[in-house]
Amino acid sequence: MKGKFGISVLLALCLVMFVGPGSALADEDDEVAAAGVEGTARADKLDACVAPTAFMRRNHFELIEHQRDITVHEGIRKTDNSLAGCIDCHVRHDAAGQYVPVNAQGEFCSACHEYVGASLDCFTCHATKPTGTE
Amino acid sequence: MSQPIDKQRRAFLATASGAAAATAVAPGVFLHAVAEAAPRDSAVSDSVRYGMLIDTSKCAEGCTDCVSACDRENGLDMLLKPEGASDQHWDMQRPRWIRQVKLKNNLTGRVTALPMMCQHCEHPPCVDVCPTGASFRRADGIVMVDRHTCIGCRYCMMACPYNARSFIHESVRLKPTATPRGKGCVESCNFCVHRLDNGGTTTACQDACQHGAIVFGDLRDPNSAVSKALAQYPSEQIRADLKLNTGVRYTDI
Repeated sequence: MKGKFGISVLLALCLVMFVGPGSALADEDDEVAAAGVEGTARADKLDACVAPTAFMRRNHFELIEHQRDITVHEGIRKTDNSLAGCIDCHVRHDAAGQYVPVNAQGEFCSACHEYVGASLDCFTCHATKPTGTE
Repeated sequence: MSQPIDKQRRAFLATASGAAAATAVAPGVFLHAVAEAAPRDSAVSDSVRYGMLIDTSKCAEGCTDCVSACDRENGLDMLLKPEGASDQHWDMQRPRWIRQVKLKNNLTGRVTALPMMCQHCEHPPCVDVCPTGASFRRADGIVMVDRHTCIGCRYCMMACPYNARSFIHESVRLKPTATPRGKGCVESCNFCVHRLDNGGTTTACQDACQHGAIVFGDLRDPNSAVSKALAQYPSEQIRADLKLNTGVRYTDI
Protein backbone atom coordinates (compact mmCIF):
# COMPACT_ATOMS: atom_id res chain seq x y z
CA MET A 1 0.00 0.00 0.00
CA LYS A 2 2.70 2.39 1.04
CA GLY A 3 4.82 1.47 -1.98
CA LYS A 4 1.98 2.12 -4.40
CA PHE A 5 1.35 5.52 -2.81
CA GLY A 6 5.03 6.39 -3.16
CA ILE A 7 5.03 5.51 -6.84
CA SER A 8 1.93 7.56 -7.55
CA VAL A 9 3.50 10.57 -5.79
CA LEU A 10 6.62 10.10 -7.90
CA LEU A 11 4.53 9.91 -11.06
CA ALA A 12 2.62 13.03 -10.08
CA LEU A 13 5.91 14.85 -9.46
CA CYS A 14 7.22 13.79 -12.88
CA LEU A 15 4.02 15.08 -14.45
CA VAL A 16 4.39 18.42 -12.70
CA MET A 17 8.01 18.69 -13.83
CA PHE A 18 7.16 18.01 -17.46
CA VAL A 19 3.83 19.77 -17.75
CA GLY A 20 4.47 22.64 -15.31
CA PRO A 21 7.17 24.64 -17.07
CA GLY A 22 5.56 24.06 -20.46
CA SER A 23 2.24 25.53 -19.42
CA ALA A 24 3.99 28.49 -17.75
CA LEU A 25 5.76 29.28 -21.01
CA ALA A 26 2.53 29.06 -22.96
CA ASP A 27 1.06 31.66 -20.57
CA GLU A 28 3.82 34.15 -21.16
CA ASP A 29 4.10 33.80 -24.92
CA ASP A 30 1.71 35.76 -27.06
CA GLU A 31 0.58 32.63 -28.82
CA VAL A 32 2.20 29.71 -30.58
CA ALA A 33 3.88 31.62 -33.38
CA ALA A 34 4.08 30.47 -36.95
CA ALA A 35 7.52 30.79 -38.52
CA GLY A 36 8.42 34.17 -40.00
CA VAL A 37 8.95 34.25 -43.73
CA GLU A 38 12.46 35.22 -44.86
CA GLY A 39 12.62 38.71 -46.36
CA THR A 40 9.31 40.02 -44.96
CA ALA A 41 10.85 42.39 -42.40
CA ARG A 42 11.44 45.98 -43.48
CA ALA A 43 15.02 45.58 -42.26
CA ASP A 44 15.58 42.78 -44.78
CA LYS A 45 15.27 45.31 -47.60
CA LEU A 46 17.71 47.82 -46.12
CA ASP A 47 21.51 47.87 -46.38
CA ALA A 48 22.21 48.78 -42.76
CA CYS A 49 20.54 49.50 -39.44
CA VAL A 50 20.75 52.94 -37.75
CA ALA A 51 24.49 52.23 -37.39
CA PRO A 52 26.82 49.75 -39.15
CA THR A 53 25.85 46.13 -38.51
CA ALA A 54 29.06 45.25 -36.66
CA PHE A 55 28.49 48.15 -34.24
CA MET A 56 24.84 47.23 -33.74
CA ARG A 57 25.64 43.61 -32.93
CA ARG A 58 27.91 44.66 -30.09
CA ASN A 59 26.19 47.83 -28.86
CA HIS A 60 22.47 47.77 -29.60
CA PHE A 61 21.62 47.40 -25.91
CA GLU A 62 23.59 50.54 -25.04
CA LEU A 63 21.58 52.53 -27.58
CA ILE A 64 18.27 51.13 -26.35
CA GLU A 65 19.12 51.68 -22.70
CA HIS A 66 20.17 55.28 -23.28
CA GLN A 67 17.03 55.88 -25.29
CA ARG A 68 14.74 54.38 -22.64
CA ASP A 69 15.99 56.84 -20.03
CA ILE A 70 15.59 59.94 -22.15
CA THR A 71 12.18 58.78 -23.36
CA VAL A 72 10.77 58.00 -19.93
CA HIS A 73 12.28 60.95 -18.07
CA GLU A 74 12.48 63.65 -20.74
CA GLY A 75 9.69 62.63 -23.06
CA ILE A 76 11.90 62.53 -26.16
CA ARG A 77 10.35 60.10 -28.61
CA LYS A 78 11.78 61.30 -31.91
CA THR A 79 14.77 59.09 -32.35
CA ASP A 80 16.34 56.31 -34.35
CA ASN A 81 17.01 54.21 -31.28
CA SER A 82 13.61 53.38 -29.82
CA LEU A 83 12.74 49.76 -29.08
CA ALA A 84 9.41 50.26 -30.85
CA GLY A 85 11.41 51.32 -33.92
CA CYS A 86 13.57 48.18 -33.71
CA ILE A 87 10.45 46.00 -33.58
CA ASP A 88 8.65 47.87 -36.38
CA CYS A 89 11.58 47.28 -38.69
CA HIS A 90 12.74 43.81 -37.69
CA VAL A 91 9.42 42.04 -37.15
CA ARG A 92 8.64 39.43 -39.82
CA HIS A 93 5.34 38.18 -41.21
CA ASP A 94 4.24 34.58 -41.35
CA ALA A 95 2.85 32.97 -44.49
CA ALA A 96 -0.61 34.35 -43.66
CA GLY A 97 0.75 37.91 -43.42
CA GLN A 98 0.46 38.16 -39.62
CA TYR A 99 3.26 39.59 -37.50
CA VAL A 100 5.46 37.02 -35.78
CA PRO A 101 6.69 38.15 -32.31
CA VAL A 102 10.36 39.20 -32.46
CA ASN A 103 11.10 37.02 -29.46
CA ALA A 104 9.53 33.87 -30.92
CA GLN A 105 11.97 31.04 -31.50
CA GLY A 106 14.21 31.70 -34.50
CA GLU A 107 13.03 35.32 -34.93
CA PHE A 108 15.28 38.37 -35.00
CA CYS A 109 15.84 38.97 -31.29
CA SER A 110 15.71 35.45 -29.92
CA ALA A 111 17.83 33.83 -32.63
CA CYS A 112 20.99 35.61 -31.42
CA HIS A 113 20.06 35.78 -27.74
CA GLU A 114 19.49 32.02 -27.59
CA TYR A 115 22.73 31.36 -29.43
CA VAL A 116 24.84 33.43 -27.02
CA GLY A 117 22.81 32.43 -23.96
CA ALA A 118 21.97 36.03 -22.99
CA SER A 119 18.58 36.50 -21.38
CA LEU A 120 16.18 38.88 -23.08
CA ASP A 121 14.22 40.96 -20.58
CA CYS A 122 12.67 43.64 -22.80
CA PHE A 123 9.62 41.59 -23.65
CA THR A 124 8.36 40.79 -20.20
CA CYS A 125 6.89 44.31 -20.47
CA HIS A 126 7.30 45.55 -24.05
CA ALA A 127 5.12 44.52 -26.99
CA THR A 128 6.74 41.94 -29.26
CA LYS A 129 5.07 43.14 -32.43
CA PRO A 130 3.65 46.47 -33.62
CA THR A 131 0.26 47.12 -32.00
CA GLY A 132 -0.68 50.27 -33.86
CA THR A 133 -0.14 52.54 -30.86
CA GLU A 134 3.02 54.60 -30.65
CA MET B 1 16.58 59.67 -2.04
CA SER B 2 16.68 63.39 -2.79
CA GLN B 3 20.17 63.14 -4.30
CA PRO B 4 19.32 61.64 -7.74
CA ILE B 5 16.33 63.96 -8.11
CA ASP B 6 18.49 66.98 -7.40
CA LYS B 7 21.03 65.88 -9.99
CA GLN B 8 18.41 65.62 -12.67
CA ARG B 9 17.07 68.97 -11.73
CA ARG B 10 20.47 70.56 -12.08
CA ALA B 11 21.07 68.96 -15.47
CA PHE B 12 17.65 70.02 -16.59
CA LEU B 13 18.12 73.61 -15.44
CA ALA B 14 21.41 73.76 -17.33
CA THR B 15 19.76 72.76 -20.62
CA ALA B 16 16.61 74.77 -19.99
CA SER B 17 18.58 77.99 -19.53
CA GLY B 18 19.85 77.54 -23.10
CA ALA B 19 16.40 76.88 -24.48
CA ALA B 20 14.81 79.72 -22.52
CA ALA B 21 15.79 82.33 -25.11
CA ALA B 22 13.89 80.50 -27.84
CA THR B 23 10.74 79.99 -25.76
CA ALA B 24 10.71 83.50 -24.28
CA VAL B 25 10.33 85.19 -27.68
CA ALA B 26 6.86 83.79 -28.29
CA PRO B 27 5.80 81.26 -25.71
CA GLY B 28 2.30 80.81 -27.09
CA VAL B 29 3.53 80.13 -30.62
CA PHE B 30 6.17 77.74 -29.38
CA LEU B 31 3.66 75.68 -27.41
CA HIS B 32 1.28 75.59 -30.33
CA ALA B 33 4.08 74.38 -32.60
CA VAL B 34 4.87 71.57 -30.17
CA ALA B 35 1.22 70.57 -30.04
CA GLU B 36 1.01 70.25 -33.81
CA ALA B 37 4.34 68.54 -34.22
CA ALA B 38 5.17 64.85 -34.44
CA PRO B 39 7.20 63.12 -31.69
CA ARG B 40 9.11 65.29 -29.23
CA ASP B 41 12.75 65.88 -30.04
CA SER B 42 13.60 68.04 -27.01
CA ALA B 43 13.31 67.41 -23.30
CA VAL B 44 10.11 68.40 -21.51
CA SER B 45 10.49 71.54 -19.44
CA ASP B 46 8.76 73.13 -16.49
CA SER B 47 7.46 75.93 -18.68
CA VAL B 48 4.44 73.62 -18.86
CA ARG B 49 2.54 72.07 -16.00
CA TYR B 50 -0.15 69.66 -17.04
CA GLY B 51 -3.31 69.63 -15.00
CA MET B 52 -6.98 68.88 -15.09
CA LEU B 53 -10.23 70.33 -13.84
CA ILE B 54 -13.12 67.93 -13.26
CA ASP B 55 -16.60 69.38 -12.91
CA THR B 56 -18.36 66.84 -10.74
CA SER B 57 -21.74 68.46 -11.24
CA LYS B 58 -21.57 67.32 -14.88
CA CYS B 59 -20.38 63.88 -13.89
CA ALA B 60 -23.36 61.52 -14.15
CA GLU B 61 -23.75 58.88 -11.50
CA GLY B 62 -23.19 55.41 -12.92
CA CYS B 63 -21.35 56.69 -16.00
CA THR B 64 -18.00 54.96 -16.54
CA ASP B 65 -17.09 56.30 -20.00
CA CYS B 66 -13.80 57.81 -18.82
CA VAL B 67 -12.80 54.62 -17.02
CA SER B 68 -13.42 52.38 -20.01
CA ALA B 69 -11.72 54.83 -22.39
CA CYS B 70 -8.69 54.83 -20.08
CA ASP B 71 -8.73 51.02 -19.97
CA ARG B 72 -8.79 50.84 -23.77
CA GLU B 73 -6.14 53.52 -24.29
CA ASN B 74 -3.68 52.01 -21.87
CA GLY B 75 -4.31 48.33 -22.49
CA LEU B 76 -5.84 47.73 -19.07
CA ASP B 77 -8.73 45.92 -20.73
CA MET B 78 -6.27 43.41 -22.20
CA LEU B 79 -5.45 42.08 -18.75
CA LEU B 80 -7.13 38.81 -17.94
CA LYS B 81 -8.49 37.56 -14.65
CA PRO B 82 -6.08 35.00 -13.22
CA GLU B 83 -7.30 31.44 -13.49
CA GLY B 84 -9.30 30.41 -10.45
CA ALA B 85 -9.68 33.94 -9.07
CA SER B 86 -13.15 35.08 -8.03
CA ASP B 87 -14.77 38.10 -9.65
CA GLN B 88 -14.65 39.92 -6.33
CA HIS B 89 -10.93 39.25 -5.97
CA TRP B 90 -10.28 40.45 -9.53
CA ASP B 91 -12.32 43.62 -8.98
CA MET B 92 -10.16 44.44 -5.98
CA GLN B 93 -6.82 43.59 -7.57
CA ARG B 94 -7.18 44.57 -11.21
CA PRO B 95 -5.15 47.59 -12.24
CA ARG B 96 -7.23 50.72 -12.72
CA TRP B 97 -5.93 54.18 -13.47
CA ILE B 98 -9.28 55.86 -12.85
CA ARG B 99 -11.70 54.85 -10.12
CA GLN B 100 -15.29 56.01 -9.94
CA VAL B 101 -15.73 57.33 -6.43
CA LYS B 102 -19.07 58.17 -4.86
CA LEU B 103 -19.14 60.69 -2.03
CA LYS B 104 -22.08 61.21 0.26
CA ASN B 105 -22.53 64.13 2.56
CA ASN B 106 -24.01 62.54 5.65
CA LEU B 107 -25.55 65.79 6.85
CA THR B 108 -27.40 66.68 3.68
CA GLY B 109 -27.50 63.32 1.89
CA ARG B 110 -26.10 64.87 -1.30
CA VAL B 111 -24.27 62.31 -3.43
CA THR B 112 -21.39 63.25 -5.72
CA ALA B 113 -19.78 60.91 -8.25
CA LEU B 114 -16.30 61.70 -9.43
CA PRO B 115 -13.41 60.07 -11.27
CA MET B 116 -10.33 59.70 -9.05
CA MET B 117 -6.93 59.14 -10.59
CA CYS B 118 -3.32 60.13 -9.89
CA GLN B 119 -3.59 63.76 -8.81
CA HIS B 120 -0.13 64.63 -10.21
CA CYS B 121 1.00 66.42 -7.06
CA GLU B 122 3.67 69.08 -7.10
CA HIS B 123 5.07 67.41 -3.97
CA PRO B 124 4.19 63.76 -4.54
CA PRO B 125 4.49 61.46 -1.50
CA CYS B 126 5.01 58.48 -3.85
CA VAL B 127 8.22 60.11 -5.10
CA ASP B 128 9.41 60.85 -1.56
CA VAL B 129 9.18 57.24 -0.45
CA CYS B 130 10.47 55.46 -3.57
CA PRO B 131 13.73 53.69 -2.65
CA THR B 132 14.99 53.41 -6.26
CA GLY B 133 13.90 56.70 -7.84
CA ALA B 134 11.48 54.84 -10.11
CA SER B 135 8.57 56.97 -8.95
CA PHE B 136 9.36 60.42 -10.31
CA ARG B 137 7.86 63.72 -11.34
CA ARG B 138 8.59 64.80 -14.87
CA ALA B 139 9.56 68.43 -15.50
CA ASP B 140 6.11 69.11 -16.99
CA GLY B 141 4.39 67.95 -13.81
CA ILE B 142 3.41 64.41 -14.79
CA VAL B 143 4.04 61.93 -11.99
CA MET B 144 5.12 58.60 -13.45
CA VAL B 145 6.74 55.26 -12.70
CA ASP B 146 9.93 54.30 -14.52
CA ARG B 147 9.28 50.57 -14.73
CA HIS B 148 12.90 49.92 -15.62
CA THR B 149 13.87 50.80 -12.05
CA CYS B 150 10.67 49.86 -10.19
CA ILE B 151 11.32 46.89 -7.90
CA GLY B 152 7.67 46.42 -6.96
CA CYS B 153 8.04 47.25 -3.26
CA ARG B 154 4.73 49.16 -3.29
CA TYR B 155 5.80 51.82 -0.79
CA CYS B 156 4.33 54.36 -3.21
CA MET B 157 0.97 52.62 -3.06
CA MET B 158 1.04 52.96 0.72
CA ALA B 159 2.11 56.61 0.56
CA CYS B 160 -0.45 57.81 -1.98
CA PRO B 161 -3.36 59.49 -0.17
CA TYR B 162 -5.57 58.98 -3.23
CA ASN B 163 -5.18 55.21 -3.65
CA ALA B 164 -4.24 55.99 -7.25
CA ARG B 165 -1.67 53.31 -7.91
CA SER B 166 -2.08 49.74 -9.10
CA PHE B 167 0.23 46.76 -9.00
CA ILE B 168 0.63 44.17 -11.74
CA HIS B 169 0.43 40.82 -9.98
CA GLU B 170 0.59 38.47 -12.94
CA SER B 171 2.53 38.06 -16.17
CA VAL B 172 1.00 40.13 -18.96
CA ARG B 173 0.26 38.40 -22.24
CA LEU B 174 -0.85 41.32 -24.38
CA LYS B 175 0.68 44.74 -24.04
CA PRO B 176 0.27 47.77 -26.28
CA THR B 177 3.40 49.42 -27.67
CA ALA B 178 2.50 52.73 -26.01
CA THR B 179 2.04 51.26 -22.53
CA PRO B 180 4.59 48.56 -21.70
CA ARG B 181 3.54 46.53 -18.69
CA GLY B 182 4.90 43.54 -16.80
CA LYS B 183 4.57 41.55 -13.63
CA GLY B 184 5.94 43.17 -10.47
CA CYS B 185 5.66 46.89 -11.28
CA VAL B 186 3.44 49.66 -10.00
CA GLU B 187 1.63 51.97 -12.39
CA SER B 188 -0.86 54.81 -12.43
CA CYS B 189 -2.39 57.52 -14.60
CA ASN B 190 0.23 59.39 -16.62
CA PHE B 191 -2.08 61.86 -18.40
CA CYS B 192 -1.74 59.69 -21.55
CA VAL B 193 1.89 60.75 -21.81
CA HIS B 194 2.42 58.88 -25.08
CA ARG B 195 -0.20 61.12 -26.67
CA LEU B 196 1.35 64.31 -25.32
CA ASP B 197 4.87 63.28 -26.38
CA ASN B 198 3.64 62.46 -29.86
CA GLY B 199 2.05 65.87 -30.36
CA GLY B 200 -1.38 65.17 -28.85
CA THR B 201 -3.11 67.68 -26.58
CA THR B 202 -5.88 65.61 -25.01
CA THR B 203 -6.24 62.62 -22.72
CA ALA B 204 -8.40 59.59 -23.47
CA CYS B 205 -10.75 60.25 -20.52
CA GLN B 206 -11.32 63.83 -21.63
CA ASP B 207 -12.13 62.73 -25.19
CA ALA B 208 -14.53 60.07 -23.92
CA CYS B 209 -16.52 62.30 -21.55
CA GLN B 210 -19.83 63.13 -23.24
CA HIS B 211 -20.73 65.59 -20.50
CA GLY B 212 -17.63 67.75 -20.94
CA ALA B 213 -16.78 67.27 -17.28
CA ILE B 214 -13.02 66.98 -17.84
CA VAL B 215 -10.85 69.87 -18.99
CA PHE B 216 -7.18 69.12 -19.47
CA GLY B 217 -4.29 71.38 -20.33
CA ASP B 218 -1.37 73.55 -19.26
CA LEU B 219 -1.87 75.18 -15.86
CA ARG B 220 0.95 77.63 -16.56
CA ASP B 221 -0.58 78.96 -19.77
CA PRO B 222 -3.19 81.57 -18.76
CA ASN B 223 -4.94 81.10 -22.12
CA SER B 224 -5.37 77.34 -21.90
CA ALA B 225 -8.89 76.01 -21.45
CA VAL B 226 -8.06 74.56 -18.05
CA SER B 227 -6.56 77.82 -16.75
CA LYS B 228 -9.57 79.79 -17.96
CA ALA B 229 -11.96 77.31 -16.35
CA LEU B 230 -10.00 77.47 -13.09
CA ALA B 231 -10.15 81.26 -13.16
CA GLN B 232 -13.88 81.21 -13.77
CA TYR B 233 -15.20 78.51 -11.42
CA PRO B 234 -14.55 77.72 -7.77
CA SER B 235 -12.43 74.63 -7.50
CA GLU B 236 -10.70 72.63 -4.83
CA GLN B 237 -7.96 70.10 -4.35
CA ILE B 238 -8.86 66.87 -2.61
CA ARG B 239 -7.04 66.64 0.72
CA ALA B 240 -5.74 70.17 0.26
CA ASP B 241 -4.68 69.98 3.92
CA LEU B 242 -1.74 67.81 2.85
CA LYS B 243 -0.38 70.75 0.83
CA LEU B 244 0.62 68.56 -2.11
CA ASN B 245 -0.62 71.10 -4.68
CA THR B 246 -2.36 68.58 -6.89
CA GLY B 247 -2.54 69.01 -10.65
CA VAL B 248 -6.05 67.57 -10.73
CA ARG B 249 -8.72 69.88 -9.29
CA TYR B 250 -12.43 69.41 -8.80
CA THR B 251 -15.43 71.71 -8.81
CA ASP B 252 -18.68 71.22 -6.96
CA ILE B 253 -17.66 68.43 -4.60
